[in-house]
Amino acid sequence: MAQGESSTLRHFVAYVEDQPGVLNRVTSLFRRRCYNIVSLNVGRTHETGVSRMTFAVEADEDTARRIEANLYKLVNVLSVEDITGKPSLTRDLALIKVNVGPDKRSEVLQLCEVFRARAVDVDTDTLIVEITGDQSKIDKLVAVLTPFGIAEMVQSGTVAMTRGTRGDAANGAAQQPPSLRTIVAA
Amino acid sequence: MASPMKSMTEPRATPMATDTESRVETLTGSQIIWDTLVHQGVSVVFGYPGGAIMPAYDAMPGYPIRHVLVRHEQGAAHMADGYARASGGVGVCIATSGPGATNLVTGIANAMMDSIPMVCITGQVSSTVIGSDAFQEVDFTGVTLPITKHNILVTRTQDIMPAIRQAFYIASSGRPGPVVVDITKDAQQGSCEHRYDTSPIRLPGYRPEHHPVPAEIAEAAALIAAAKRPIIFCGHGIIEANATGLLLEFVQKTSFPVALTLLGLGGFPATHPLSLGMMGMHGEAWVNTAIQEADLIIAMGMRFDDRVTGNLKTYAQNAKKIHIELDPAEINKNVKVDLPLVGDVREILRMLLPQVAKRNCDVWNSHITELKGDSAVREIQSLPDNGSLFAAHVIHDLWRYTQGKALVVTDVGQHQMWEAQYYKHDHPRKLLTSGGAGTMGFALPAAMGARMACPDDEIWVVVGDGGFQMTACELATCAQEDIKVNIAIINNGFLGMVRQWQQFFYGGRYVATPIKSPDFVKLADAHGLKGLRVTKREEVKAAVEAARSFKETCIIDFRVEQEDSVYPMVPAGADLDKMIRRPVPVGAISELPSEEAPGEAQKDVPPHNPIFETGKDH
Ligand SMILES: Cc1ncc(C[n+]2csc(CCOP(=O)(O)OP(=O)(O)O)c2C)c(N)n1
Ligand SMILES: [Mg+2]
Repeated sequence: MAQGESSTLRHFVAYVEDQPGVLNRVTSLFRRRCYNIVSLNVGRTHETGVSRMTFAVEADEDTARRIEANLYKLVNVLSVEDITGKPSLTRDLALIKVNVGPDKRSEVLQLCEVFRARAVDVDTDTLIVEITGDQSKIDKLVAVLTPFGIAEMVQSGTVAMTRGTRGDAANGAAQQPPSLRTIVAA
Repeated sequence: MASPMKSMTEPRATPMATDTESRVETLTGSQIIWDTLVHQGVSVVFGYPGGAIMPAYDAMPGYPIRHVLVRHEQGAAHMADGYARASGGVGVCIATSGPGATNLVTGIANAMMDSIPMVCITGQVSSTVIGSDAFQEVDFTGVTLPITKHNILVTRTQDIMPAIRQAFYIASSGRPGPVVVDITKDAQQGSCEHRYDTSPIRLPGYRPEHHPVPAEIAEAAALIAAAKRPIIFCGHGIIEANATGLLLEFVQKTSFPVALTLLGLGGFPATHPLSLGMMGMHGEAWVNTAIQEADLIIAMGMRFDDRVTGNLKTYAQNAKKIHIELDPAEINKNVKVDLPLVGDVREILRMLLPQVAKRNCDVWNSHITELKGDSAVREIQSLPDNGSLFAAHVIHDLWRYTQGKALVVTDVGQHQMWEAQYYKHDHPRKLLTSGGAGTMGFALPAAMGARMACPDDEIWVVVGDGGFQMTACELATCAQEDIKVNIAIINNGFLGMVRQWQQFFYGGRYVATPIKSPDFVKLADAHGLKGLRVTKREEVKAAVEAARSFKETCIIDFRVEQEDSVYPMVPAGADLDKMIRRPVPVGAISELPSEEAPGEAQKDVPPHNPIFETGKDH
């Protein structure tokens, strides 16, 4: 799908049936329609049999509507919501292993404090820092740690949640995980 | 599913009404497959056996289902597809794992592109060896993921019945499509307690129905009332939704002219004065011009395919667009519309009808009639009289000799477009053709499937010499299964449509398009079928009549002009009204009726309708 000029980073939240192959169906759809996934996260919810996905996609408004509509066509997708523009929290988690021995360790720890990151593992020559936040915060921490030497880093996909009361049917269909027991199709 | 005798207004795939006999029994998975199919109303399946589906085949006798043994699984898929298109029900095909299943792929993709309800049952290696690259193991749910509406891998006996029930429900509800049920050999061999379940199907994530809100209907009615140059697009959805009657009512009330997509042909009677014919790449000049001049387009059950729109940047710039469509994912995909009405076109027409006033569209309709004066189709009359047989003549004559009532199944290529132009279909489900995928080899097997659905129809296959050879092996199936169809091979010695593109766009270099064929008459004979050859127009009638009189399948090898082209033509991606016209031979102009001395036109002469003026009728 050709991206329009007004392409922006959009976040979607979807509830899907927790079944083998469902992630494959979703990603296959994205690949087939040439939707550009920036980040994808899947995990269980408190409702048995229901997983929640958060994905970030580069898309314009029109494409976003079609992404939603195409996802709905997948039989195992229970609900989809485009939360772009709605008051919401988005979080990434990163673990960063820095090459730092005892001499510069306190300097790194001080920087971490500024970013509200935590040291979660210390070894003689390395230190692992854990940070949660949005992408720009993580990018900035990476920038200041780079001079010390980053041995490796790993980052989760973005997870997102809208703020405020849940279950507002008009504009928050996806906030409430659908209970599989209560839904009958035909 | 259901026999075609069933009323078309009934929802598809309704399980057979309360089965009082049904009680719990212990059955094998194989028996459960057939029992469930019988309960779904299936009376015929098309298939081919092999290792992983042998248990199912072994259990088949004893169930009231006819099995048609094909010669290649692609044929089975197209037969199921043709059965579905002709009957309005669900077609069923069956194949073994691995190569058997992958041979279905083309047919499944074809059904997906044209939204055809089909259930494909495939055998799979035992669940204990899945993933081990076992003999004839192919990850078939993986392969078919992007070309099915849904697919299900079944590894346990007790899951077979629910999976098949879901498959029928999903295939036939909402926007229809093919569903694959891949059943492991051990699931077929296992046993469990079984009783056909008639409770509602639980699919929490599947909501195929959409309903427009009354405010949107009112908005549409206002646009309709204000339109001066309106045009209706009749797409495949009109036929799929059984909405042809309502469309006719709508047109009779509004006097809006109707243009049709290839798959919409038959959705509105071609002989109705307000039918403009097919739009798009090989649509008539006046249709495409009218679209470009229109101020309102009401697109019903169609998806603005690129073969219909041409250059999107210049497409129907002056028109407000109402898009009536069941699938929300089609809205604004290719063409931006002003008012989407998402839902079943039949329901929407029913809501809309009382809100539109009776009106006429005389100025606009007479303008379109003027455009017809500039027709390209009627230039068929100036085809050089060099003794050659022209495909257009063959199709036109076929239409006349069958009184326009045949069920015609076309393949893909030039002959397909000529059929669409010259065979006037007044009824839905009487033209079956591969639109979205353009699958050569579709016609013969699809027609054989249609035969199972419509035992009393006169069926004609219109196929090219190239495409026929892709699935010609199914002639043997015709012979073995006593399946009678008439086959008109439009034999031009070329992969004609590709040759035409080479002529227009590749400097006339005919690379890999001249195609040699076997002697089709002898081929028919070798199968114990009938074969005839026609090289002159005056032989057409006798051949058509002979073909219909044979009880066996009959091939007519029509040796037509080799380098004829389909006109008019909008080159891919060009503006819709920038068409390539048929070159008019010198001296031919004066023979056109429009060149008759003015004032000679009589009052009782019907108004000029170039669709019907296709050559001198004998
Ligand atoms: C399976 C498949 N392969 C290739 C094509 C590309 N193609 C489209 S039309 C055409 C030529 C068809 O030739 P023929 O069947 O002789 O029909 P004609 O155009 O001559 O009427 C080809 C090769 C196709 N549509 N389908
Ligand atoms: Mg040919």
